[in-house]
Amino acid sequence: LGGSCANLLLSHSQITRLYSRFTSLDKGENGTLSREDFQRIPELAINPLGDRIINAFFPEGEDQVNFRGFMRTLAHFRPIEDNEKSKNPTASEPLNSRTNKLLFAFRLYDLDRDDKISRDELLQVLRMMVGVNISDEQLGSIADRTIQEADTNGDNSISFNEFIKASFVLTLHTLL
Amino acid sequence: MSDLDILCLGISITVWFTLLFVFIIMPAVLGVSFGIRSFYMRTLLKIFEWATLRMELGAKEKNQELYKPYTNGIIAKEPPSSLQQEIQELRGSANSLRSEPEFEMADIFYFCRRGVESIVDDEVTKRFSAQELKSWNLLTRSNYNFRHISLRLTVLWGLGILIRYGVLLPLRVTLAVTGICLLLVLTTLVAFLPNAESYLSEKVHLMCYRICVRALTAIITYHNRENKPKNGGICVANHTTPIDVIILANDGCYSLVGQVHGGLMGMVQRAMVKSSSHIWFERSEVKDRHLVAKRLGDHVADKTKQPILVFPEGTCINNTSVMMFKKGSFEIGCTVYPVAIKYDPRFGDAFWNSSKFGMVSYLLRMMSSWAIVCSVWYLPPMNREEGEDAVQFANRVKAAIAAQGGLVDLIWDGGLKRAKVKDVFKEEQQKLYSKVLVGDSEDQMEDKRSEDGTPEGDESSKDPAEGQ
Repeated sequence: LGGSCANLLLSHSQITRLYSRFTSLDKGENGTLSREDFQRIPELAINPLGDRIINAFFPEGEDQVNFRGFMRTLAHFRPIEDNEKSKNPTASEPLNSRTNKLLFAFRLYDLDRDDKISRDELLQVLRMMVGVNISDEQLGSIADRTIQEADTNGDNSISFNEFIKASFVLTLHTLL
Repeated sequence: MSDLDILCLGISITVWFTLLFVFIIMPAVLGVSFGIRSFYMRTLLKIFEWATLRMELGAKEKNQELYKPYTNGIIAKEPPSSLQQEIQELRGSANSLRSEPEFEMADIFYFCRRGVESIVDDEVTKRFSAQELKSWNLLTRSNYNFRHISLRLTVLWGLGILIRYGVLLPLRVTLAVTGICLLLVLTTLVAFLPNAESYLSEKVHLMCYRICVRALTAIITYHNRENKPKNGGICVANHTTPIDVIILANDGCYSLVGQVHGGLMGMVQRAMVKSSSHIWFERSEVKDRHLVAKRLGDHVADKTKQPILVFPEGTCINNTSVMMFKKGSFEIGCTVYPVAIKYDPRFGDAFWNSSKFGMVSYLLRMMSSWAIVCSVWYLPPMNREEGEDAVQFANRVKAAIAAQGGLVDLIWDGGLKRAKVKDVFKEEQQKLYSKVLVGDSEDQMEDKRSEDGTPEGDESSKDPAEGQ
């Protein structure tokens, strides 16, 4: 684990903590987590985007995630510390930079991984977040307006760069 | 075996039993204490402190970090605020007053963050496994740091094993067996005497529970005994282990409620019923809530009967929190006497993880720990107030118990140990978010509806993810 630890910039104690969490979630005790293991967390199960977030942990087409994958995904969310940036300015962008957090969120929308959020994909996520409380028409108009505001190159979908600009206000604050 | 051997064996057994009798059983019968157990506890504490110190020194020498379960989390978690507040913060305050539906793509971050936070650490799943300790108590079962740090420490640990399994365990098992046998025999005897029944049966029960307490080396401190439950009431406590019953019954007589079991438990149950009234339900009757309520109500109405002991959580929780109380016992309308029980995990973890250990292996673990140290607080009696329904009353009692015992007050249901969370909670989250999207007009409609008295439900008290 030594080499990848340096990349992930998680401290030893954080890794131990995560491993302890991983094993407590792993009810089958086979060293990997399945989707059911995640679903067992009540706070996650009631999260409207819970299923998508769980999906983000699993590599393409697979049903199990091992500890390395678990750590990699979670490393996105470690709070950024300024002293680390000044330590090694020439290193490649660390996984937990703001861009990577934005990419994580972008991928929650972009199911088919074509690097564009289409109107349908936007509608799907909206529907997950509001449940049955808003009508199709209203939701449709919200989606149309959002694409209108964010789409700068006129292809009727939102690319990653457009997404970053649309979330501009947030990139000023520390995300997550 | 030669004659000499047999003689030695005979003598040692006699000595053993005499000591047992004099120092443990007689005091239990008479209700007197020699203070042996508190002395034992203080000695143990000193040894644990010494052991932890050595471990820290040893770790420093080797330049390693000791695993402490409470290190800084991966995510900087802020105190919980409502969904509306957080999304406003996320968006920046400028847009808060627009009345048309608005959506920001970045709203997704709120759910993202909550989701990932709950993956790293959530409030519920950790309540169903034993609590992690800050210092080591010489039991490998509760330690992550056990390494060959120093010879002295390993020797001490080995010695600990010898003492616990070689001396303490047999002693305790003997006591437990004696206690149960006495219970069975004496309750049957008392049942034959018609008049002196209640007085004698109380004495018999108390005596047997005292023996059981000594069988576990339980060191119990009772606080506020003036608030002890009285006849015609229900005693309500947080549930960590079946031993809770022994701990409470050691200090007073209660009527127990529960399912009829087979085997040894069943025998004990039948014996207990002969001399005092307990409420045992057949498995089929448990589902029938009206029947349960009726029997409890009848029992409570009879002022000569002892207070009922109930554990409204319905399942064992690991003593770091109090989970949702089932409202059944709070609907009966009698006085409720709350009791908070807090175990000190340094001497042995009392939590029964029923998915990991069966009853017998659990008892063996208990009897081979150092001791079971706990505090019991009797809280002032509570009654249901005007305009309060059973659920609110239950929550009020739960909050009082959590505050007294220093436990986290959770709204989550202990049943989540085995069952999935209901979809209705997810729907509440969705509803809350919809309100943010659609804005003011919905709020006006909401106010109107609650004025009309339609049972929309009190979102802030039902929503389990917030307001903790």
